[in-house]
Amino acid sequence: MMTKFSPGSDLLMFVLFTAAILTMPIWLAPIGAGYPDLLQKFAIFGLFALGFNILFGLTGYLSFGHAAFLGIGSYAAVWSFKLLGMNPLPALLFSVVFSSLFAVAIGYVSLRRSGIYFSILTLAFAQMSYNLAYSVLTPITNGETGLRVLQSDPRLFDGASAASGPLISNLFGIEMTGYPGFYFCAALLIIGFYISQRIFRSPFGMMLRAVKSNQNRMSYTGLNTRPYTLAAFVISGIFSGVAGSLLAVTDPLAGAERMQWTASGEVVLMTILGGAGTLLGPILGAGLIKYFENIFSAYNEQTLHAIFSFLPDFMEGPVVSIASLFVGEGWHLTLGLLFMVIVIFLPGGIMEGFNRIGKLFRRRPSQPTKRAGHSHSAASAHAAE
Amino acid sequence: MDAIVLQILNGLDKGGAYALIALGLTLIFGTLGVVNFAHGALFMLGAFCAVAFNHLIGLEQVVVDPTKTTAWGTPLETRVPYIEAWLGDTGTAMLNYSVPLSILLAIPVMLLVGYVMERGLIRHFYKRPHAEQILVTFGLAIVLQEIIKSYFGANPIPQAAPDMVRGAMDLGVLMGFDPGTVVYPQWRIVYLFFSLSVIGAVFAFLQFTTFGMVVRAGMADRETVGFLGINIERRFTLVFAMAAVVAGLAGVMYTPILPPDYHMGMDFLVLSFVVVVVGGMGSLPGAVSAGFLLGILQSFASMNEVKTILPGIDQIIIYLVAVIILLVRPRGLMGRKGVMET
Repeated sequence: MMTKFSPGSDLLMFVLFTAAILTMPIWLAPIGAGYPDLLQKFAIFGLFALGFNILFGLTGYLSFGHAAFLGIGSYAAVWSFKLLGMNPLPALLFSVVFSSLFAVAIGYVSLRRSGIYFSILTLAFAQMSYNLAYSVLTPITNGETGLRVLQSDPRLFDGASAASGPLISNLFGIEMTGYPGFYFCAALLIIGFYISQRIFRSPFGMMLRAVKSNQNRMSYTGLNTRPYTLAAFVISGIFSGVAGSLLAVTDPLAGAERMQWTASGEVVLMTILGGAGTLLGPILGAGLIKYFENIFSAYNEQTLHAIFSFLPDFMEGPVVSIASLFVGEGWHLTLGLLFMVIVIFLPGGIMEGFNRIGKLFRRRPSQPTKRAGHSHSAASAHAAE
Repeated sequence: MDAIVLQILNGLDKGGAYALIALGLTLIFGTLGVVNFAHGALFMLGAFCAVAFNHLIGLEQVVVDPTKTTAWGTPLETRVPYIEAWLGDTGTAMLNYSVPLSILLAIPVMLLVGYVMERGLIRHFYKRPHAEQILVTFGLAIVLQEIIKSYFGANPIPQAAPDMVRGAMDLGVLMGFDPGTVVYPQWRIVYLFFSLSVIGAVFAFLQFTTFGMVVRAGMADRETVGFLGINIERRFTLVFAMAAVVAGLAGVMYTPILPPDYHMGMDFLVLSFVVVVVGGMGSLPGAVSAGFLLGILQSFASMNEVKTILPGIDQIIIYLVAVIILLVRPRGLMGRKGVMET
């Protein structure tokens, strides 16, 4: 992890990442994930986790209220649809403005404390936003029903031309559903990845890592760390806001449940699973969780019987009934177990796992395998950062 | 005046639940230094002990009487709970008192759960950062509630209070107000006294027994106690189990007030954490007083008179208080100086 990264290797990594994201519809098709709805989710939640990682991965501040920004981004985007029309670009702008405003306010207050108090403060703010969105702010958020775009809304730019059909966000005539929607999200994910990569390599990112490793020492050297942490908080808030607005772009609807603290917990989980503090980890974690959520929750008793039909009858029954606890409705049980296992045995997430495997290969002493081991470790080091 | 008394009473029973959960949380934090996000799940497990006990003693034997038929022409079936068949009137009374009686089931179950949790998982996290403790216990909470969900289903399961205390009581008359102004469900009074006595028992245990003395010494300075040759870890295991029992009991007795469902623990957990933080991490009196205080504040904020002045205040009051306390008094209301102040 401590290897020096040259600009060249960074560029290579960025190019590879871009290629991988853009070709996702092709290489994810064999495992049954090559359809646009799921791919959109990969990109959106990848962006969300990427943003969360800038705060948690670099500074070590564990925010339990990041879903608030996701919700704010969604609401801002839907309001932009309602007022200005179905173009996603003003919606993005709106959500950036609003999520950064909220992030500055919440971050300014919360960052006065650290450790568990910071977690509680962010959680308190997120719960406040959630409760208010459900109750008093109903004129703005439309409460339980959720905010949606109506035919009668002003929609300044395209309100006049509107035909009767369903209202779908469109970028200058390209409808933001299906693959165009995915590529729009993917483009933003790639931009987000580039920004995040630049932050990781910058002196600013170094400063944030220093805050994580020892904040007291930073203060004793006479440095005020708060502007740095606040900047990180706001950047990650904006990432989350953009992710929220993308949720609204692909499906013009915003509900308060997006802000609930379980949603904040989910992004923590994605980041930890992939590997907090690594560049690719959070995106990987988000993709894995969304993928398994989709696959596992679709299973039921019949599909399980089909899968385990190779077993003898007396074994098939028990195996199926045990396995059915973990799929379908019980998918959250799998998630919780997976989460515990990761935190207990692999606190650095999947990326740390890759690293360890890489090290195993690197230590192999014999001459002929050395070259193979070398390229392998280089690849895994790539993957790690 | 009567309205104020009513709101204070309304806040007290909720405050009792907050105080009991927060007491266990802060006990665990003060002794083990562990932030336990699974504590709400323990509360929920306690509540489902009551449900399970009710199912257990409610098991029925079916007697088919071939001489009589029902309106549909099938033989008449009479269902009698086994316990009534065996014990007669005592059995009927036990069915009626199933919620308080399930304490007998909850105590051993929660002791066991607490013991296993501490030995199996928590002890490996003493030296890990708080963030990892939060994450692993959060994962555990998800697992526990999903297991409960797969057995008991996702719907709330109402539990009845015993007949004797099922009704409401006109407390206003006792206090000299007009009749009918301060009407209060009797079970909530029971709950209030129950929570007060559990809190009293925990404090007495820590204050007046040798075991409690060692635990308090361990809270103050763990290393020195270790140097004196006392195996503090083993005692802390029991402290954890005790905290689990307290949370479980809070859950058992709360079932007639709020029908238990699998995610009730999470709802209470967030609030209890806020309570702990407001009271001061690791401070037992702080947790108890903050629990009652926030319960009462919440019920005052949900008065219509207050809501017309500040709309929505009832939804956010607890969090708002927490934010203010954390910013102006870093160690909480009664936190010890120097403990977790950053």
